[in-house]
Amino acid sequence: MIVVILPAHLRALAGVQGDVQLEVDGPVTRRSILDALEARYPMLRGTIRDHVAGERRPLLRFFACGEDVTHESPDAPLPQPIASGTEPFYIIGAIAGG
Amino acid sequence: MSNVRVLVGTRKGAFILSSDGKREKWNVSGPHFAGWEIYHLKASSVDPNRLYASQSSGWFGQIIQRSDDGGKTWFQPGTPAGTPMTTPEGMPMGESNKFVYDTSAETGKPLLTHQWYDGTPHPWEFKRVWHLEPSLHDPDTVYAGIEDAALFRSTNGGQTWEELSGLRGHGTGSQWQPGAGGLCLHTILLDPANRERIVIAISAAGAFRTDDGGATWKPINRGLKSEYIPDPTAEIGHCVHHIAMNPSRPNVLFMQKHWDVMRSDDAGDSWREVSGNLPTDFGFVIDVHAHEPETIYVVPIKSDSEHYPPDGKLRVFRSRTGGNEWEALTNGLPQENCYLNVLRDAMAVDSLDSCGVYFGTSGGQVYASADAGDTWAPIVRDLPPVLSVEVQTLK
Repeated sequence: MIVVILPAHLRALAGVQGDVQLEVDGPVTRRSILDALEARYPMLRGTIRDHVAGERRPLLRFFACGEDVTHESPDAPLPQPIASGTEPFYIIGAIAGG
Repeated sequence: MSNVRVLVGTRKGAFILSSDGKREKWNVSGPHFAGWEIYHLKASSVDPNRLYASQSSGWFGQIIQRSDDGGKTWFQPGTPAGTPMTTPEGMPMGESNKFVYDTSAETGKPLLTHQWYDGTPHPWEFKRVWHLEPSLHDPDTVYAGIEDAALFRSTNGGQTWEELSGLRGHGTGSQWQPGAGGLCLHTILLDPANRERIVIAISAAGAFRTDDGGATWKPINRGLKSEYIPDPTAEIGHCVHHIAMNPSRPNVLFMQKHWDVMRSDDAGDSWREVSGNLPTDFGFVIDVHAHEPETIYVVPIKSDSEHYPPDGKLRVFRSRTGGNEWEALTNGLPQENCYLNVLRDAMAVDSLDSCGVYFGTSGGQVYASADAGDTWAPIVRDLPPVLSVEVQTLK
């Protein structure tokens, strides 16, 4: 079970409190996590990745095991603690403005 | 007894202000969608409980929200209230957030760029919905004016959206340039006498009209003069801030341009200036009295670099002659040290016998007048900066 931490606004939009736990089929990558997240919470489609191109929205970043994986390939395998669910996968809104 | 409901979009959420016909005591509901920018929310005139809201964020993009109970509860149209968060097929929820330019060879236009501020080509990029205009005939049909400028329509209550691509592709689209607020389609006027006619306005491209339900469009900017563009009387390129009409006379349009207050008596085919004795003819809002089609309202702003009222005095100016002759309305409005702005979609009127006029400010006040502007009082004083104000008159 993968654990995902969403920004507060997206938790409100998805109607969840706390973290999100997801089953991910196959290799655990950023793409597979986001695919599973959007399948379970379709109202999040377009809020993390662009609807058409599927690219990350510019002011969002991704962290795994304390590392910024924002600019890694979306298909790169994530660390084992993410895949095993012992560490959460963070989706974070970049600090911008006041 | 009639009631009024004022729908307020702000930088950090939506608020719904309700009162009876006296408009003296108000109930404030909100913030709805706390922390999100609500550029606009508006109700269907066919079904007053049907509301649409544009919810957006620089981080998370565009969300469309809908209420079927007058704003008590909201849902994304692809996710009906009370239904599970997922569907067996995994679709189509979330589609209501999806605004995709039509570039197909069959129905769209292969239009790839508009002009950037410096005149260089810039790709069309969807940013947000500025304005939602529900159909006058069907609560499930609603139009969306977006940035980068295009007109979209939903015919299924906001679940899915399709571009009316004839506008962007009518011929001048590649020459459109953004105004300071972006290349935004902010005004949508549906003609109550002619279902096929729609007038829209874009900053800074100008006004456009369709007479065939959105299939084909033409610029309607003859008579506009904008000194800040290379050809001041060009067919396009004018920074139109807002257009208003009284439904009883849909051919008469009033425009607050970047500079100049304008009037058309032929549905936009030609315009003439009616700024008259205004202290400055820069501004954003303009609206028309509900029962007196020659009575119009503007809020003059000092200049395009100083976005506040002249002399620190917040004054609504009213003309009872369709323009040119204006009177300052000050009773109840701050007349010293006032340096806020009133944005283009932040004024509205109700249709009670004594017409109510409402506007919201960048300082978070929503002012109301229950006597057509003679006297004013704030409904609320300390909201986030107000982006839009709409009013429902409920029987």
